[in-house]
Amino acid sequence: MKILVCISHVPDTTSKINFTDNNTRFDTTGVQFVINPYDEFALTRAMWFKEKQGATVTVINVGNNTTEPTLRKALAIGADDAVRINTEATDGLSVARQIAAYAKSEGFDLILAGKESIDYNGGMVPGMVANLLGYNFINACIGLEIEGSTATVTREIDGGKEILQTSFPLVIGGQKGLVEESELRIPNMRGIMMARQKPLKVIDPIAEEPATQVNMYEKPAQKSACKIIAAGDLDELIRLLHNEAKVI
Amino acid sequence: MPVLVLADHSEGKFKNTALELISYGKSIAKMANTKLIVATIRATDVSGLSGYGPDKVINIVNDRLGVFNAKAIADALSQLAEKESADIIVLDSSNNSKYLAPLLAVNLNAGMASGVTEVPVSLNPFVVKRVAFSSKAFVHTEIKSGKKIICLAKNSFGIKEEKTSPAAEEFTAALSEDDFKITLSAVEKTSGKITIADADVVVSGGRGLKGPENWGMVESLAEVLGAATACSKPVSDLHWRPHSEHVGQTGKPVAANLYIAIGISGAIQHLAGVNASKCKVVINTDPEAPFFKAADYGIVGDAFEIVPKLTEKLKEFKRTQ
Repeated sequence: MKILVCISHVPDTTSKINFTDNNTRFDTTGVQFVINPYDEFALTRAMWFKEKQGATVTVINVGNNTTEPTLRKALAIGADDAVRINTEATDGLSVARQIAAYAKSEGFDLILAGKESIDYNGGMVPGMVANLLGYNFINACIGLEIEGSTATVTREIDGGKEILQTSFPLVIGGQKGLVEESELRIPNMRGIMMARQKPLKVIDPIAEEPATQVNMYEKPAQKSACKIIAAGDLDELIRLLHNEAKVI
Repeated sequence: MPVLVLADHSEGKFKNTALELISYGKSIAKMANTKLIVATIRATDVSGLSGYGPDKVINIVNDRLGVFNAKAIADALSQLAEKESADIIVLDSSNNSKYLAPLLAVNLNAGMASGVTEVPVSLNPFVVKRVAFSSKAFVHTEIKSGKKIICLAKNSFGIKEEKTSPAAEEFTAALSEDDFKITLSAVEKTSGKITIADADVVVSGGRGLKGPENWGMVESLAEVLGAATACSKPVSDLHWRPHSEHVGQTGKPVAANLYIAIGISGAIQHLAGVNASKCKVVINTDPEAPFFKAADYGIVGDAFEIVPKLTEKLKEFKRTQ
């Protein structure tokens, strides 16, 4: 089985988010970049299929050369090879078109991705890739088992979960549950050494027009300070929630 | 030209999210000087929707859409959008909508923006404001394609009443076997409980509650408020509460009107998941807990004393309302 895992290169969760150039650019100064946490669940599940079921795992990113350390990290975790499509990722549909164009020529059985990235939170790429290729697609997956030509997938729904069956080729938008957090892997020294030797292919993007663009960034309005209410004065809290916040 | 909104119902009843979505769609339709079409899927009674401004309600009636199927619904909606020449398609932010929206976007070759919080900043160019960076910033996104897809963030616009007498139509989409290559074998739903996704109020407990045996008071408080219960990540990792209650960056997102955090310190990953809530109350013994910086109201003190008292006082308050 050939697996492709889509890797988004995102600021670490604890990063301070700032903007420059009159709020038109994300300020990467001092920002640590990591594998998108949702993609990490997908990658770790892919490693399981590699180790238990003999799958091959390719990782892909759409981005300029600054994303290569993130792809190397995915290789150090255990992916076999990496592909970087050499263009700035600016729009979900554009990124999906780039990935789909590559995947089409390679014939993957399974494409795994996080259900969204933690930077732009678009939640678009996995579904778009699937539909561009005409592959089956299941989003918000919290479980994936493969037996022969059937995939059994657990999907989170509002207020519960459902179990679905489908065939390949298949695209999965994954999240925690695909594997548990405790199963995520930190690359070891051997993995890091080996990753340096593994192929990282840079390919040119296809020509296409982005459907959206970011015109401006905006920081949320400064929150007013937390009102501290004395533990003995719960009536005051109820009054504030009722009259001021108007939420009860 | 028209704006097309998909109003979701559960067992025949339209949720507040659907009414909010229709209100939002109506505002865009007015801005653009066009009509609002509301699509429903196998709805039995759409009369309740006319209070929020639709000009036309179209019920998609295909038998096979009785079970949610993202591809089939995306295909039905794109056919409907083409037929009605709708340019702006608006969905909510439920798990189902997030599943079908990117499929719809490819069908219609449309640019898409999710997590949108307001009516468009401008129509020409078409610019919307959306949340990004896990609620740490907003992005003004311009959608340049002819057709545009918007997913509205929950609880961001509110319900606005406007009485109309919409035309009612039925639509049968042309679906094929290709639409049904994913089959449903089982559904597990927590019955009788308010879900985090639907709740207006969420009461959440953290490690400060010391053990699963102490959740009774969290549940009592939630019951008085008609709230869903939730928990922090350590609590679900310790198996004090089920994973389905974990809220935060890697758990469920919360966009409630009121979020009450009891014994939760407020790690950045937790806050990222609950920041979209309108009003946040924190109860914690440690005045230095980071949650106090993110909350609107705070009480420094022992939850074991405060929560039962608060529950009693709220009961009294509810009785007098």
